[in-house]
Amino acid sequence: MSHNHDHDHHHHDNELDPFAARVRALETILTQKGLIDPAAIDAIVDTYETKVGPRNGAKVVAKAWSDPAYADWLKRDATAAIASLGFIGRQGEHMQAVFNTPDTHNMVVCTLCSCYPWPVLGLPPVWYKAPPYRSRAVIDPRGVLAEFGVTLSADMKVRVWDSTAELRYLVVPMRPEGADGLGEDQLAELVTRDSMIGTGLARQPA
Amino acid sequence: MNGPQDLGGQMGFGPVAPEKDEPIFHADWEKRALGVTLATGAFGAWNIDESRHARETLTPAEYYTSSYYQIWIKGLETLLQRHGFVSSADLAAGKAVDPAAKPKRVLMAADVAAALARGGPCDRPMETPARFKAGDRVRTKNFNPTGHTRLPRYARAKQGVIEAVREGYVFPDSNAHHKGENPQWLYTVVFDGAEIWGEGADPTLTVSIDAWESYLEPA
Repeated sequence: MSHNHDHDHHHHDNELDPFAARVRALETILTQKGLIDPAAIDAIVDTYETKVGPRNGAKVVAKAWSDPAYADWLKRDATAAIASLGFIGRQGEHMQAVFNTPDTHNMVVCTLCSCYPWPVLGLPPVWYKAPPYRSRAVIDPRGVLAEFGVTLSADMKVRVWDSTAELRYLVVPMRPEGADGLGEDQLAELVTRDSMIGTGLARQPA
Repeated sequence: MNGPQDLGGQMGFGPVAPEKDEPIFHADWEKRALGVTLATGAFGAWNIDESRHARETLTPAEYYTSSYYQIWIKGLETLLQRHGFVSSADLAAGKAVDPAAKPKRVLMAADVAAALARGGPCDRPMETPARFKAGDRVRTKNFNPTGHTRLPRYARAKQGVIEAVREGYVFPDSNAHHKGENPQWLYTVVFDGAEIWGEGADPTLTVSIDAWESYLEPA
C-alpha cells in the first residue's frame, strides 16, 4: 500500500475538519461539566432554521405598504409595531424602521461586528459579516450595490446606517409599481431579504 | 481599540460576492457554534460588550482569516477560560478535566423560547436630561482607547448633526470591562459623506452612527 498523505487527507467520510472538531470538543467539555444542555442547542438552531427569518420582516413591510396607520406606527415606534406581529426578542430588542422614498435609499451595515435584526431577518448572511461589505458599505455604497445588481439614479441620496449600538434597523423598501390590488401575503412575496438590508429593491410583481 | 473589527473605509478586501440562495448554515458545526455561543451567554458571567471585545482582540491575522462563526468560537474560548468554566487543560484534552466555575444559570431546552424572546434589552432609565437635541451640531471625540469602544475610527473628530435622541443605553466602553453599565443618552448622528471621506466622496452620501453622549461635544 502506498502512503498517500498529500491526497484526500481531509476527505475521509466521517472525519471532522479541524474546526468542526474544535467546536465539538468545546460542546463536549461544556456538556460533561453540566454547563449546557445539548437539547437547548438543538432548540436554538431549530428556532433560526424554522421560525425566525426574513419572511417575518417581509410581513412587516407588506403590512406597512397596505396599512397607512401601521406604517405610521412603524415609523414612530418600530419595536412595538413589529412586536404586534409577534416578532420580538434577541437582537431585535430595540428597532428602528427606515423608509426608502423616491429620493432617498437606505442601506444598513455593522462596520464593527455583525449587528443585524434577527427577529425580522433571521441570522445574517456570510457577506453581511465579512470584511468586504463591512469596509465598503460606508465609503462606496453605490459600488457595493452594483455588486448586488442594483443601480440607483445619480441624484438618489444614499443614507448608510452603521449599527454601532443596540438599535437594529429594518429598511422598508419602496412599494413596487403595479402592485395595486395585491393582498398582504402577495405583497410579502415581493419583499426580499436584501431589500430590507438596503442592498436590494423589492421585486416587481409578475 | 483600533482592532481588526474596525473595518469602515478600509480597502483591499475585494468584492462582496453575495451567494445566491445562501443556506442558513454552511456546515453542521456552525449550528453548534451558534447554539453554544447563545447557551453560554445565558451563564450571566459576561455581557454582550465583553463578548464583542473578546472577538476584536483576536490578532488581525487571525481575525481576517477566520469566518464569523470561527471568530465567535475563538472569542468564546477566551471568555470561558477567563471566567473559569473551561481550562486550557480541558481544551487540550478535548474533554472535561478540571472543575468549572458555577454559572448563574444553565439554559435548558424548555427555557430556550422564553430566553430568546426576552433577549437582552439595554435601555436604562436616565436621571439626567439629554445634553443634545435633534438638529444640534456636534463633533465626535478624537481618541484611540486601548479598550472596547463603539465609536469607529472613520467617525472620530468629525462634525455631524443629531438626527434623533434615543434613550439611555448601557455604555459599552465601560460595560465590556466590568466597570459598570454607566448608561448614557444615545443619539443618531448623521454626517455628510464629504465630512468623513473628504476629496472624492460620493456627494449623495450621508452616513449615520449611533453615538453615546460622551462621544460627542457641541460643534
